[in-house]
Amino acid sequence: MNGAVSRVLPVLAVLGAIVVLWYAGSVALNARLTLVTAERQGVELTLAQVVADTMVQDRPRLPAPHQVAVALWDGIVGEPPLSKRSLVYHGLMTLQSTATGFLMGVLVGILLAVGVVYSRVMDLSVMPWAVISQTIPIVALAPMIVVLSNSLGLGEAVGVENRLVSKTLIAAYLSFFPVLVGMVTGLRSPDAMQTDLLRTYSATGAQAFWTLRLPASVPYLFASLKVAVAAALVGAIVGELPTGAVEGLGARMLVASQFGQPLLMWASLFASAILAGGLILAVGGIERVALRRMGARE
Amino acid sequence: MAGGIAVMPDVRVATDAVIDARGVSLTFATADGPVHALKDVDLSIGRGEFVSFIGPSGCGKTTFLRCVAALETPTAGVLRVNGMDPDAARRARAYGYVFQAAGLYPWRTIARNIALPLEIMGFPKAEQDARVARVLKLVELEAFGGKFPWQLSGGMQQRASIARALAFDADILLMDEPFGALDEIVRDRLNEEVLALWGRTGKTILFVTHSIPEAVYLSTKIVVMSPRPGRITDVIDSPLPRERPLDIRDSREFLEIAHRVREGLRAGHAYEV
Repeated sequence: MNGAVSRVLPVLAVLGAIVVLWYAGSVALNARLTLVTAERQGVELTLAQVVADTMVQDRPRLPAPHQVAVALWDGIVGEPPLSKRSLVYHGLMTLQSTATGFLMGVLVGILLAVGVVYSRVMDLSVMPWAVISQTIPIVALAPMIVVLSNSLGLGEAVGVENRLVSKTLIAAYLSFFPVLVGMVTGLRSPDAMQTDLLRTYSATGAQAFWTLRLPASVPYLFASLKVAVAAALVGAIVGELPTGAVEGLGARMLVASQFGQPLLMWASLFASAILAGGLILAVGGIERVALRRMGARE
Repeated sequence: MAGGIAVMPDVRVATDAVIDARGVSLTFATADGPVHALKDVDLSIGRGEFVSFIGPSGCGKTTFLRCVAALETPTAGVLRVNGMDPDAARRARAYGYVFQAAGLYPWRTIARNIALPLEIMGFPKAEQDARVARVLKLVELEAFGGKFPWQLSGGMQQRASIARALAFDADILLMDEPFGALDEIVRDRLNEEVLALWGRTGKTILFVTHSIPEAVYLSTKIVVMSPRPGRITDVIDSPLPRERPLDIRDSREFLEIAHRVREGLRAGHAYEV
């Protein structure tokens, strides 16, 4: 009990500080509009009135936390979940390509890592290009992926919308890299003594892989998966921006910024943060179960 | 020469030799020139012997063990294990190897760790279970089969690794400083247990150590080695009986052998650092 309190307290303290700063920021940034409006109407405002007005504007520069909370609440429970105005609907759209892209990226990352560990040629050729691939700004690359997957008709080929394909590819593109790096380290983690031990049993390379290298890499894999799942979400959202902005949290943010709806923008932003947190918690939960079954210390 | 200690000046050419080394040399090429890890090693070990290899770091004792295990290949000479070349002997499951660290897989229970060689060698599941149960009993870890390695002390982990080496019934046990990382008290206890195990199973044991008392206490034969180049300086056949209570280490015979080992190490310049 005491342990839980001492862990939660610092988090709450930081959260409290952020909220306080945020309110201060809202007042400071929104006060100008309040004052300009009041002057135009020829009204004199007290300080309290100014502060109160900064928190109820329709199009504030920086919405107050409670305004965002209300917008978020309305977006999540105020609409039927499958309505196009519901953040749940758009969250699900984003989650779909995040999850598909994440799984693809994990698969590609693991396969490449196995290749890199077992083939010197792949070690020399794949790793540098994998590193270079991650230095290209994704916002620059995303539109090209969209255009290419559209003109190649990748979507029709697998029976889904083209828009979905490009989002998924971008999510996979961002998530394969941490998995690759983590798995290469993990597959190489067994020391000489452990590989010697298997040699004394005349174990084959495949047996060494399944009994030693793969299980030894699992803790490294999970560390990478948490990074990869967050990267996949970023990829999916970025992928939604240049796709004509129809569905998904990224599309919601784009619409909101184009049509001057800061409350919606902030609500979508928080919805994606909540989604990211949920995904990382889910991966963490799977990790705990898996590692416990593999005898990890509590 | 002290009484009661047989001198072995020449290499015994026994027909029942389990290990037979003639002029075995191993030279590593390094950036600083060749390193003679082993030079002209002649040694014959009979069935059921307990042979300790003692000497300072770099004397080649571990290298010799690794050659027997076919983890290294001699660059010259002939080495026979059970009458075969070491590679063939390994494929015939001639030996079990115990390393300095227990090296148990942390993600496997003790029982599943011991079953590892059996899985790799393709024993049927029922036989795996029977063998694991048998060797767990042999090292007195019956109650710990379901535990994970971190739940056991260092000494117990090393016992589990010995059980793992025994699981597939190899005739030879190669032990590379198996108790080097354990404290003196645990080490004494495990020395007794290894002796008891040797008595019960009749295995041939090759045992690498840094410790003179350990070598003298355990062995029927002590091979003293020295470095640069790694070579044998003395081979001592121990007159101690096979039954050895711990307090045999205070007997005159014991101290005489220990003295001769020390002399052998000194003659090989082992004490010049």
